[in-house]
Parts: sequence; structure tokens; C-alpha cells
Amino acid sequence: MIIAEGKPLAEVAGLIQGARKVLVVGCGGCVTVCLAGGEKETGILAAALRMLRQKEGNPLETVEVTLTRQCDPEYVEMLAKYVTDDVEAIVSLACGVGVQFLAERYNKWVVPALNTKFAGGTVEHGVWEERCGLCGECILYKTGGICPIIRCSKSILNGPCGGSQNGKCEVNPEIPCAWQLIYDRMQALGKLDLLMEIQPPKDWSKSRDGGPRKVVREDVRLA
Amino acid sequence: MKTESKLEKILSQGHFVVSGEIGPPKHANPEGIKKHTALLKDYVDAMNLTDNQTAIVRLSSIAAGVHVLQAGGEPIIQMTVRDRNRIALQSDLLGAYSLGMRNVLCLSGDHQSFGNHPTAKNVHDVDSIQLIKIVKDLRDEKKFACGEELKGNEPRFFIGAAANPFADPFEFRVLRLEKKINAGADFIQTQCIFDMERFERFMALVRERGLHKRAHIIAGVMPLKSAKAAKYMQQSVAGMIVPDEIVNRMEKAADPRAEGVAICVEQIKHLKTIEGVAGVHIMAVMWEEIIPTIVKEAGLYPRPKVE
Amino acid sequence: MQEFEPKIIAFCCFYCAYSAADLAGSLRLQYPANIRVIEMPCSGKTDVRVLLEAFEDGADGVYVLGCMEGDCHFLKGNFRAKRRVQQAKKILDEIGIGGERLEMYNLSAAMGPRFAEIAREFTERIRKLGPSPLNKNYASSRQGEDGRQAANSMKAGEQE
Repeated sequence: MIIAEGKPLAEVAGLIQGARKVLVVGCGGCVTVCLAGGEKETGILAAALRMLRQKEGNPLETVEVTLTRQCDPEYVEMLAKYVTDDVEAIVSLACGVGVQFLAERYNKWVVPALNTKFAGGTVEHGVWEERCGLCGECILYKTGGICPIIRCSKSILNGPCGGSQNGKCEVNPEIPCAWQLIYDRMQALGKLDLLMEIQPPKDWSKSRDGGPRKVVREDVRLA
Repeated sequence: MKTESKLEKILSQGHFVVSGEIGPPKHANPEGIKKHTALLKDYVDAMNLTDNQTAIVRLSSIAAGVHVLQAGGEPIIQMTVRDRNRIALQSDLLGAYSLGMRNVLCLSGDHQSFGNHPTAKNVHDVDSIQLIKIVKDLRDEKKFACGEELKGNEPRFFIGAAANPFADPFEFRVLRLEKKINAGADFIQTQCIFDMERFERFMALVRERGLHKRAHIIAGVMPLKSAKAAKYMQQSVAGMIVPDEIVNRMEKAADPRAEGVAICVEQIKHLKTIEGVAGVHIMAVMWEEIIPTIVKEAGLYPRPKVE
Repeated sequence: MQEFEPKIIAFCCFYCAYSAADLAGSLRLQYPANIRVIEMPCSGKTDVRVLLEAFEDGADGVYVLGCMEGDCHFLKGNFRAKRRVQQAKKILDEIGIGGERLEMYNLSAAMGPRFAEIAREFTERIRKLGPSPLNKNYASSRQGEDGRQAANSMKAGEQE
């Protein structure tokens, strides 16, 4: 899922400081699972903003709505009845995608309450780690199911580099060296010889470097 | 002989080579480089110019190499893949060759979090092994990385790569070295050796796979200045192993610098006896002046003359 | 000087804290009337939202009372409550109300005296801190009253 994390309260408050009434919109998708922008977090943020503004003597009215997802127009449309003229800003607790979808649909000042971080998964309750680099051309079959693009700090395809020691990355002892993991996995699978093949340079044009991407399923388009 | 490199010539004549290293300055004045070149050129066969080492911005390796060449030395330029994509790398290779560079060491590069610009975007468009292949294909296939052919005047570099017997996983280090040689590496410089026993094990595996016959393996050494330096290497540098006995020797020494030099000379004399070691690479960081002493005491002076 | 009477909400778990409160009552132990007790099935049922709501609705101080660690009737509820109280304290700091106005305590059902002691200690803490910044207007309006000595801490606080 997409993992995001709440911005500091002061930063969010600063983004809406002139507004007297705001919508605080949560998302029932990824950010609910990573406990950053679901209904609960939306309630907490709205209360915190109200209390902060009350303390400043500049009261804030909030309307809390949690949409099923902010990345689908049908759900974004359900916000419409709350977007009245007196709403001066919309605080979105979705990932960057949701924030943009709201901004595109509603002619209001839309601000993000989260910093969208990475594509990852839950390693234990309360801990999420990055796993996928969204490179557009998956090569996980070459490395025993461990992604060298994102789990190696240098995106090396013929690893490891000389800084790998005791199975840790030179950047941070808490980061396991991806290539140590790959080596161990391939050895356990009896496929170490595959690692002797020289992997050619990656086609980054399929990744972010090629420009904003699009996927189309012609077979489901009706019009 | 694959190239016009002086280093290649000396190696091919069977000499035990000596290379040194110059760290370019954090400013735009080349006087220091010229001074070090004058100091070292009769004591080393070639000198490395580091490429923004530790991700700290320094005068570029290629420019520094030109200053070395002009001052009478044989430069080995270093190229990390951290800061430039394949377009810039190939362009710089063409430019460097046109300026007289003949030796290039292909490296991954220290992560930018170590340096003075940790917020920079790192590139890593290609990795060090892919870069070795690119340099080789330019020289032997006369092709760019995209497959397009060069119409003559291809850069003919003597290709170097790094090896680190002290990083993990140990068994894979030799296989990765083989990968680099398969990709086209002509010579190898290793990370500096303090754990001689581990290096000997590494060389045994190297010889087992015949790698020493396919590429020239140059062993890295570093003279220690103080016990503090020894401890720092031991504890704070990823990919380096310094045994406690070396740290102890430095701590107990009455004159740490002399002890550091003595240890270095002992190491070099021992390395000369290991089959498959083609030379020694002396990394005297911020202490280039000591190299002539070390070379002399290790019995490696004078250096062979080639035109 | 007018003494202010803190308004304090105590979220008490049914199994230990509320029983301790009952016991304090049976033992006729005196504790400040500033405490409004809210019974929860478990301290771990206390959501961060409800802690913030207490402050937004005018509480000067809030505490959560749960079973002794390891003895929670629902096994880990009091650990969850502890973490949530920590999180809420951070938020209260960021708002500027101050995390010191919120606390978590643990006790067993037999600890009637401890219940009273916590009530006294926490009331004193909040009294020293003064009214919650969200109550500033309320507090300053009280100052203008007939200048009588404030009710002592044993009398029930006024309803707003």
C-alpha cells in the first residue's frame, strides 16, 4: 500500500491559518491501514486544529468526512454536498494522489495533511517498510523476490557494493544490505549461478524518469 | 597491450607496480595537486585521483588528472556512478581521453549521506559493473551503451575496478570480482588491507578461479598516523576490518607515525610474496609526503622507467 | 487570590479503577470533588479522540486509570491505554495545552486509598498549572466575582 505519515500539527495549522471553516477529509484506503489518515486520525486532527485555534482566540469550524477512497472520482463526488461556499479550505488526509484528485474536482484551497512516503507493507503492527520502487519493469524473479532497486540504497543490479558489512547497508546499520539478503535467498534456492550473469543497465524510461505514466485497459472502456 | 597506458606497460613488463592516491582539493586551485605530483612521480608508477570521495564536493577527478599529466605524472581517474548518468559518464570518458587520460577506475561511490550534500539526489543510473562494460565496449566493440557505433577515435582506456575482501558476504566477494573481470576489468585495486589473514584467504579463492591471470590485482595499504585513526577505521568505516593487534601496536608505540610506517612497510614486503598480487596501492590520506619513505623502505625504489 | 477549582475527568476501567473508587467511597476516604469519574469497560477502550474531546469540552486535566500492568482483565488493554495517553500528551504539547494535564495511572481494585491519593495529587498538579488555556475566558470571568475566598478543594466545583 502507499505509506504516508502525518505532517506536524503546526505545519498543517499554518497552511489554513486564514480559514474559518474547513473540511477535514480522511481516506478509507491505504492511509487507514497505515494509521495515518483514516477516520480516527481525521477526528484527532480536526480536534487538534480546533483546540489550537481556540487557544489562539481564532476559532475554527471543521466538518469531518471520511471517503471510501480519494483516488476514485465516484467517491470524490460524494464530498460535493459538504463543499459549500463558506468552506474556505479542504484539508486532505489522503496520499498525494487523493489530495490532487480533490484539488482537481473542487475549486477550493486543498492542502495535504500527510507526507506521502513510499510503497510498502506492514512488518509488524505499527511498523511499515518500503519495498517497491515502482520502476515499471519488475525484475524480482532475478533476485529471489527481493527488490534491488529500492531495498539497495544505490539501486545496484550487480551487487553488493563494498560497503556491505555484517549484512548491513553502509548508510544505516538498521538497513539490511539487500544484496546480502538476495545472496542468502538465492543460495538457499540453489540459484546462485544466476547472480553471475551481468545485469545490463536498467531501462529507466519505464520508471518516473520517462515522464508521468499511464495505464489503460481498453477492454473495460465503454465509451 | 590493449591501450597506451603507462601503467599497463609496466604491469606487462612484469614489474611489481606501485600506485598512489591524491585527493583533489575542496577548492579551485590546482597547486596542491601539482605539488603532490612532483613529490610522488618518481616513487609511484601511477596515481589515482579520487572522484568526490565520501560524497564530499572536490575538484573533479578528470580535471585533477589533467593537472597530474601536465606535471609529469601518470593519472588514474576515478569514476563513481553515484553522480552521473550514462550520458554524462560516456561524455566524460570521451573528454577525459581527449585530454590524455588512459586509466579509469570504475566505482559505485560512497552514499551521499556520508558527505556534505546529503540532500542531493543520487543517480546510480548504471552500477559499477555496468560501467566497466560500457568502458570496455567503447574500447573493444567501439559502441556506445545504446548500441550505436563510434566512427573511429574510440577512447581506449585501461580499465580498473575496486575489490573489497573485507566486506560481506565474503564468499561472494570473489565471485563479484570475477563478474567485474568478465565485464572487462583489466586491473583491480583492493580496499586497504589490515587483516592480512582474510586477504590471504581471499587470494587463495582468487587463484583457485584463475582470476589473477586475467586481471592485475593491486593490493591496497594505508599507513596509519595514530591510534585514533586506527580505531576510527575499525569502528566507523563500513567495509573495513582492522584487527585489534594493529590498534594495540599503534596505542603502545612511542612514535605512532613511525609505527604506522613500519606496519605499512611490513605489509608491503609480505604482499610481495603472495602469488597473484601484481602491485601495491598506497593510500596515504592527507599524508602523501610519507609515500617516498614507504616506497624506499619497502625496497621498491627506484621505479622502472617507461616512455 | 481567587483559587480556581480544576475540572478533572477520570476515565476509570470497570475492573480495577472503578472498584477502587467504590472502595474509597465505602471506606469514607476523602478525595477532591473535582474528579468526574467516567466508567470504561477497560482503560484500553479509551480512544485518543475522547481524551482530546474532554479537553475541548472544558476539562482542565484528564487522567486514565487502569489495572496494574500485567493484570488487565483484557490482557493488554492498559498497555494500549498507556501508549495512547503518550500519543495524546504529544498532541496536547503541539496544541499548546500541555501534555502535563494528562496522565495514566495504574492500580488494583483493592487500592481504595491509592485512588484517593491519585485524585488528590492530580488535582493539586492541575491547580498549580492553572485553568486550561481553552478555559482562559472562563477563569478570568470568575475572577471578577464577589472576591470571596474560593471554595476549598473539598467542595464540588461549579457547573458551567
